[in-house]
Amino acid sequence: MVQLLWLIPALPLAGFLILALIGARLPRRLAAVVGVGSVGLSAALTVCIVVGFLRGLPDHPSYSRMVWSWLAVGGLKVGISFYLDALTLTMMAVITGVGFFIHLYAMEYMAEDAGFSRFFAYMNLFVCAMLILVLADNLLLLYLGWEGVGLCSYLLIGFWYTDPANGYAARKAFVVTRVGDTAMAVGLFLLFDHLGTLQIQDLMIRAQAGWAAGSTLPTVAALLLLGGAVGKSAQLPLQTWLPDAMAGPTPVSALIHAATMVTAGVYLIARTHVLFTLAPTALTVVAIVGAVTLLLAGFSALTQKDIKRVLAYSTISQIGYMFLALGVGAWAAAVFHFMIHAFFKALLFLGAGVVIHAMDGEQDMFKMGGLRREIPLTFWTFLIGSASLAALPLVTSGFYSKDLIIWQAFASVHGGLGLWATALAGAFLTSLYTFRMVFLTFAGPLRTPVGHRPGWAMNIAMVVLAVLSLCAGFLEIPKTLSGGVHFFSGFIQNALPATVLAVSREVYESLFEWISGGTALLGAALIYILILRMPNFTTALVRSSAGGALHRYWFSGWGFDWLYDRVLVRPYVFLAHINRDDIIDSFFDLISWLGGLGHRVLSTTQNGKMRSYAAGLAIGAAVVIGMVVWL
Amino acid sequence: MITIPTAHALLLAGVLFLLGLMGVMVRRNIIFILLSLEIMLNASGLAFVAAGFHWGRPDGQIMFLFILAMAAAEVSVGLALVLQLYHRIHTLDADQASRMRG
Amino acid sequence: MNVLFYIAAAVAVICTIMVITRLNAVHALLYLIVSLLSVALIFFLLGAPFAAALEVIIYAGAIMVLFVFVVMMLDPESQSIQSRKQLLHPGTWFGPAVPAAILLGELVYVMTTGSPSLPVNAGVGPHALSRALFGPYVLGVELTSILLMAGLVGAYHLARPEAPEGNDP
Repeated sequence: MVQLLWLIPALPLAGFLILALIGARLPRRLAAVVGVGSVGLSAALTVCIVVGFLRGLPDHPSYSRMVWSWLAVGGLKVGISFYLDALTLTMMAVITGVGFFIHLYAMEYMAEDAGFSRFFAYMNLFVCAMLILVLADNLLLLYLGWEGVGLCSYLLIGFWYTDPANGYAARKAFVVTRVGDTAMAVGLFLLFDHLGTLQIQDLMIRAQAGWAAGSTLPTVAALLLLGGAVGKSAQLPLQTWLPDAMAGPTPVSALIHAATMVTAGVYLIARTHVLFTLAPTALTVVAIVGAVTLLLAGFSALTQKDIKRVLAYSTISQIGYMFLALGVGAWAAAVFHFMIHAFFKALLFLGAGVVIHAMDGEQDMFKMGGLRREIPLTFWTFLIGSASLAALPLVTSGFYSKDLIIWQAFASVHGGLGLWATALAGAFLTSLYTFRMVFLTFAGPLRTPVGHRPGWAMNIAMVVLAVLSLCAGFLEIPKTLSGGVHFFSGFIQNALPATVLAVSREVYESLFEWISGGTALLGAALIYILILRMPNFTTALVRSSAGGALHRYWFSGWGFDWLYDRVLVRPYVFLAHINRDDIIDSFFDLISWLGGLGHRVLSTTQNGKMRSYAAGLAIGAAVVIGMVVWL
Repeated sequence: MITIPTAHALLLAGVLFLLGLMGVMVRRNIIFILLSLEIMLNASGLAFVAAGFHWGRPDGQIMFLFILAMAAAEVSVGLALVLQLYHRIHTLDADQASRMRG
Repeated sequence: MNVLFYIAAAVAVICTIMVITRLNAVHALLYLIVSLLSVALIFFLLGAPFAAALEVIIYAGAIMVLFVFVVMMLDPESQSIQSRKQLLHPGTWFGPAVPAAILLGELVYVMTTGSPSLPVNAGVGPHALSRALFGPYVLGVELTSILLMAGLVGAYHLARPEAPEGNDP
């Protein structure tokens, strides 16, 4: 069965080709079948492969297959080759599984849109590119998938292209991630130049053999790769594009900017973990980037009005958790949280989409309210997702995954009290903004009447993801709770090394769990009081001078947009303005001007007078004879 | 025995040819241009005859005969063209017939 | 005897210079005739009497006459009564007359000397010339006749006055 691995990215690619070429002429049903069905088939295949893989462990911890040779130039031999291990399998399952349900949802969400087939074409292409990214055996193919998802992100953010604001958002996303991509490309050049290969497994072996731990080369290479990861995953300092990317349709935000593309950075670092382990400085940077980002984003999420922007900042924050986990060497925890996060974040986005649809396009939370009784299924699934996000203790998956990270941020040999405190503060903030979002949207009086109610496709997608948000966490239970279940970390250990914990800190495990669980509940309770019981106090707090200033600062994303505008955008525009007439091009204009000059000069000799022509003949003859005689 | 140095005869032919050439270039009247052209043809014929004399063969004179016949045909056609041109531009100034310029 | 050649050469050059510097077309024509006559004498001195004869008959006799016809038709200056009157003025005739007189003197001298080393006998006579002409060069002769015919037809066609309106499309 695993021989059919190549079909998994090929099916969405086929779907893309069909929809791109003849999609406009297909009836909507058929386009939906092609678009959703291709991902569905991939998901089914993935399930089969997962089952087969699990049975085959531990004899075959990995499988690789080259489909064909892409280029063989000089010392560089790159093929379209796939590599399957536990990490890839996890990613693939999430991409195809969650992707399928989001496609199903989108079938109903985009039903009245004129660009229906175009939408599914782009979505299929995205799924294909993302699968290539995670299945890639070499870094160049990974980069291909990387760029592919960047392209699809651009196309899908700017899907409603008739509104120029969407185009600007798409362009901003593309340009900011491009900065990261360039860093990553330089990193690839460096790796190839020094190690002579781009094949990932080979690269890791050679790096470990050739480079000493802590020396400059692996640190620089790791930092460059981190640059790429930071761009794609919207971490500091390249996080400015994600909130604006919410201009795209909600299924896009769910799939690309919550579950899959933005986690590509996490995947990259996990894949090249050997390189990062050789560069402890780089790992520390990863952890700090993650920690700072999760706090920054948390504060910003607390002040947003648009429901999708809250979720966007929330995504940035949660990926910060994953980076933090990677940075302290908690590989399994990071991947586990990625999986759980994909479930509940996609669910939240889908629910937000239902709400926006019901509000006829209104996204401002302060204009919503009282939707609890109007769309009850959506309310309950949204509540489950929010609870998972806030990591409410014991019952939600989020609790198990996020608290694993928080615990290992302290317990790991690379971790410490500072990182733990940051993670805990972030958890508190998460709980705050999550339940603020829930209460504003669903509780209170009905401010806008409900228009469109969700149909079966949307409901099924949300229910499935809600179930996963509740139950998937039980794959990895800490040992302080009834002995513990370590299914997931055992599974991942075939691809990523186990987390090394500082022995002295292990005694604090149950204490810290109590603290984490309590923080989440405390946050929920606090926001309940502030929003529902004392709304006037909250409003007064926001309107006060200090509160208001903080509010505005956090609302604008800590002023990063303002900073980049002043420091990068304006000088560049100024320089481009100076070079309006294109100085470099003027050299080529000179050449053409000289040609024209020659023409004008020579055409004056054609004066139509016979005598001058005769004179020309005579002079020419004299010159030629002179040359013959004297030269 | 008359022996005229062939070089001198050729030199004379050259001088006459150049004078004819200058006449073509300098004069504006079409008639004068044609006249100077005749001078040039005559000079080249002189060169041929001188060469024939140098080698003692009739070929030089035969060439001169052909040149003469050609000059006659050329003059008749040329003057006919001059008449035609005069009908059109009503002047004998060759510089006035310069519409094909640029 | 050689000095005759140089005198004739001088006459030819001077007359040619006069040809190209005259303002009046008829004056130029007259000087050109004298120049042609001097070249004919040079041909005679070079032992080519037939060529000399042809030069006089055809060049000076036919071609120049053709020029005179055209100049009379076209050149407005020569059509005025003033210029016709001027033609009869002796001063106008002085210029060409002097070189012509020199040439005449030379011709008389050559004719009356009658020495056996005359170029008439020493050069290439008409007999040899005609043998060569109708021997190896007969093709050239035929082509020349075609050329002359072409010239004739062309001259007739080109010199036609413009056709009346509506005849030619």
